[in-house]
Amino acid sequence: MRVPVSWLREYAALPAGVTARELAARLIAVGLEVETVDELGADITGPVVVGRVLAIEELTGFKKPIRYCRVDVGAANGSGDPQNIICGARNFSEGDLVVVALPGAVLPGGFAIGARKTYGRMSEGMICSATELSLWEDHEGIIVLPEGFAEPGTDAFEPLGLRDDVLDIAVTPDRGYALSVRGVAREAAAAYGVEFRDPADVALPAADAAGGYPASVADAAICSRYVLRGVTGFDPDAPTPLWMKRRLAMTGVRSVSLAVDVTNYVMMELGQPLHAWDRARVRGPIEVRAAHRGERLETLDHVKRTLDPDDILITDESGPINIAGVMGGLDTEIGLETTDVLIEAAHFDAAHIARSSRRHQLSSESSRRFERGVDSAVQLAAATRAVLLLEELGGAVVDEGVTHIDLGAARQPVALAERHAARVAGVDYPKGTSARRLREVGCEVAEADGGDTLLVTPPSWRPDLGDPNDLAEEVIRLEGYENIPSVPPRAPAGRGLTSGQRLRRAVGRGLAGAGFVEVLSYPFLGERDLDGLQLGAEDARRRTLRLANPLNDDEPLLRTTLLPGLLKALARNVGRGFGDVALFETGLVYLPREGAPERAPMLAVDRGPTGEELAAVEAAIPEQPRHVGAVLAGDREPAGWWGPGRPATWADAIEAAREVAHAAGAELVVRAARREPWHPGRCAALYVAGAEGAVLVGHAGELHPRTVAAFGLPARTAAMELVLDLVERAGVRAAAPEVSTYPVATRDVALVVDAAVPAGEVEAALREGAGELLESVRLFDVYTGEQVEEGRKSLAYALRFRAADRTLTAEEVAAARAAAVAAAAERTGAVLRG
Amino acid sequence: MSAPNNSFDPVEVTALHPDEVARMREEALAAIAAAGDLARLKEVRLAHAGDRSPLALANREIGALPPAARSEAGKRVGGARRDVSEALKRRQAELEEERDARVLVEEAVDVTLPWDRRHRGARHPLTTVAERMADIFVGMGFEVAEGPEVEAEWFNFDALNFLPDHPARTMQDTFFVESAAGGDSGLVLRTHTSPVQVRALLGRELPVYVVAPGRTFRTDELDATHSPVFHQLEGMVVDEGITMAHLRGAIDAFVSGMFGSGLRTRFRPSYFPFTEPSAEVDMECFVCRGASVGDPDAPCRTCGSEGWIEIGGCGVMNPRVLVAAGVDPERYSGWAFGLGVERTLMFAHGVRDMHDMVEGDVRFTSAFGMEI
Repeated sequence: MRVPVSWLREYAALPAGVTARELAARLIAVGLEVETVDELGADITGPVVVGRVLAIEELTGFKKPIRYCRVDVGAANGSGDPQNIICGARNFSEGDLVVVALPGAVLPGGFAIGARKTYGRMSEGMICSATELSLWEDHEGIIVLPEGFAEPGTDAFEPLGLRDDVLDIAVTPDRGYALSVRGVAREAAAAYGVEFRDPADVALPAADAAGGYPASVADAAICSRYVLRGVTGFDPDAPTPLWMKRRLAMTGVRSVSLAVDVTNYVMMELGQPLHAWDRARVRGPIEVRAAHRGERLETLDHVKRTLDPDDILITDESGPINIAGVMGGLDTEIGLETTDVLIEAAHFDAAHIARSSRRHQLSSESSRRFERGVDSAVQLAAATRAVLLLEELGGAVVDEGVTHIDLGAARQPVALAERHAARVAGVDYPKGTSARRLREVGCEVAEADGGDTLLVTPPSWRPDLGDPNDLAEEVIRLEGYENIPSVPPRAPAGRGLTSGQRLRRAVGRGLAGAGFVEVLSYPFLGERDLDGLQLGAEDARRRTLRLANPLNDDEPLLRTTLLPGLLKALARNVGRGFGDVALFETGLVYLPREGAPERAPMLAVDRGPTGEELAAVEAAIPEQPRHVGAVLAGDREPAGWWGPGRPATWADAIEAAREVAHAAGAELVVRAARREPWHPGRCAALYVAGAEGAVLVGHAGELHPRTVAAFGLPARTAAMELVLDLVERAGVRAAAPEVSTYPVATRDVALVVDAAVPAGEVEAALREGAGELLESVRLFDVYTGEQVEEGRKSLAYALRFRAADRTLTAEEVAAARAAAVAAAAERTGAVLRG
Repeated sequence: MSAPNNSFDPVEVTALHPDEVARMREEALAAIAAAGDLARLKEVRLAHAGDRSPLALANREIGALPPAARSEAGKRVGGARRDVSEALKRRQAELEEERDARVLVEEAVDVTLPWDRRHRGARHPLTTVAERMADIFVGMGFEVAEGPEVEAEWFNFDALNFLPDHPARTMQDTFFVESAAGGDSGLVLRTHTSPVQVRALLGRELPVYVVAPGRTFRTDELDATHSPVFHQLEGMVVDEGITMAHLRGAIDAFVSGMFGSGLRTRFRPSYFPFTEPSAEVDMECFVCRGASVGDPDAPCRTCGSEGWIEIGGCGVMNPRVLVAAGVDPERYSGWAFGLGVERTLMFAHGVRDMHDMVEGDVRFTSAFGMEI
């Protein structure tokens, strides 16, 4: 809401010296969010005066006709002689009053006016248009002032309102009343403790003034008050006065015609949206009712709309003429010949208007106000103010008859403990504070229980005040939030982070310590990303959730894997010249739940949910396990003066997974696997030990060349992805090991196996065979070549043996080694190498 | 006593003669001093202190002397051998020191050579800032609560007193999730971390003191100051006798923990459906502390010369939310706040553009290292 300060001052008796910025600060303190203060005309300086055109000499021979004018500017030019001014506009005649910027004036945009030679003549100033003075947008020519506006030579600043300040206020949804000069003036007056004059205080017609336009309301639930007032004999050519144009322009409303401008002006002033019909085009009695299915209406914006039974309509005998509170119909629109005008002021149900506005994607100044709640009692005053303006400015005759349908129920008082505001704020307000402050905002306050309880009836313009806390807020904000003390909360001893929360931090630190950089990518995917991963049609990762309103139509899906986001970030870094990249991400993926209901249930809000109700909601919410993923390309270790670098490989991806498992205290078991998007020969399935055997937690390895191509990645890019939640569950609390101080015995074995036998199995067999004397086993060489048979490979292991309680004998160590080799032989066909 | 030993050999006697012993000692000491390196010293040691050295041989003869002469001869030879041994030890140390000095100089390297053989990783600053923000409250005894990102509308809106057709609900620019059949699923991407308030109340014993950091979503296009995916830190307390003053205390503790002590905070009345009364929270600009206000010569980039920085919204929990979460509003009261993690990072570390936080450029993230 843009509020001119001059307009505000008409109704709030603010101290003369208060600047717009001070006013803004005060309004912010009471809860009106003033976003900007526009100081209009602050950049206009120097002599800008009223002038009268005495004579016009038409100059020809130029590209366009030019006028050389003699303009009486009174004594403003010092000499009293007429001023000679060149003007390109043609919308004025000799004798007209105009606005003249004399030499020395500076107009908006730093436009300095001087005496200068142009079109062969000396031009001593400029005759101004509204646009040049930033009054309003007008490209029709210069401003022609009405006769009697002011004497030539009069300074034009004051009468034209060249300088004014406009407060731009972001109105929160609870404060519909602040979408009006009236509402803001009331707040300003309360903030300064000065008198407020209500612009709705107009002389109302007698309560029994019947004989208005026939109308009925079908349902009090859609419209609680309906007022019609009419005028006849309106002059459709009557211009909108300059002051009204100026004020409308400052609030951001374009001037259309006097009749329309008056409805907008009253809306801005009182917050009550009005509608004006050409009465000659309305046929028969008006009814306010819900739409019937299939009804249609062509609205003012020339769109033919199909109406919904939830829309509130204004209808006449011909059918719908307005979508109530949202937009009028084209057929009954005020036109250039309209002389009889019917003004509507109504109180429509907020929720209905909100839905209609959304349904028809029509957000108007009117619907914005109805949605946020307009004063439920101001309609008669608003309609009356409008017809009086039409009478005053448009020569109309106001109908005596008035239509006033009042279906509103009286508002019930809210019981408020006198101490409630003090208890909410933690401030010991003196008794009587609440009643005083509430009366200031327009509430009626009665005392009960000897003053311990207040019975508060909020004013008609505050539909938002319904609960004790709403009323407490009014008291606390007017008493000043700055007066609330700062008292540290005293929480009971907390338990710190959960193990899962600690794990996430440990995983982040572990991977960062291993050289990976964390990214936080958007969780939005497109089908293209899933195709790029080479996922088969049946792949579970293709079962995604879809957004109804994605930001980007190419990415409507919610991720089921972290890889696309990581791979795109990787490609972006490579594209920016960073070829050696290792990235990781931890985050949720979203998995539709099997058997989930079509729609999550809506529960009651007037009580807590039952266990069953909660379970029903949870059953509709997708599974959202936390994953961790990592990708890497280029050199894992860069080349340098020390020698060549080491390229990142599938093994680094598995190692990243081990890093995660290590942080969780879980042991990772690696097995060969095939899964998209990995290279079929370079993909590992990763398992952790669970209570019921090994649990698959993810995959790692080198990416499939087709995936590499699809995402534009460097060759041999490697990746891993784990379900972090599963890894976390496998973590075991570390038990202190027995640290033996007896000497170690080291034995190496070289085993020859088929090339296809995984080293992991050989190692597992060695461990099992060696028994508890084995301290560690380490593969230190893998050999294929001349010294082993074709299709076989040699694996060399270092075995370390140690006992907790003694020095091992050579016989013991030999036996353990032999047992290890035997187990490997039995399970993997390993043969001890020569 | 017996008669003088007539059987001793004059030669042997000569070897033990004081002059002879002195000569052997001098000879040995001269050789030691003359040894120019450790190898030479080793030879000298063998020649003058070894088993076949003159002094060692002389020592063997002592037994042949008459008992009366043995003691003196023993002292004489022993003294000489000790002198030689000590001289050897000293010379050994000298020569080793000389050798070490020489070798270590020869082994000197250029320690300014780079050894960047390992790429350094980093955690995302939004992660670490959110952790720090949460830790300030964990330090006060709060626990960290969590909730899903795809959330039921009931949790995201209804339970938080966003009525179905209220403008506050449509103002949230919500991402809606389609049902399996392409219809209305009743699910949204949570527009704020506030649903965790209700979840925490439903899932925990009272009183509840929690913070909930997390990802939130709104249909804003990415630009310098907006992102459709962003992060908030929710805070909530529900206990008996809780007031707005405690809310202020918690916010003040956060500001001093995050930005430094002595910074003022300011509450501005505002509106959120789930709090009543509600406020926007500003803190004094920690860079200029208000000095830039009205001073065009010293503008402040951090606060735009406003003197204040908006850090979030807060308020006293609307009793309707307590009711929807099954908490008795007659007995309990509470408050909640929501702080922007991106904003905190932008202010605390001078990040100017939201793009930097979402693109995953390693240059940006690496600058922040492991902790913030």
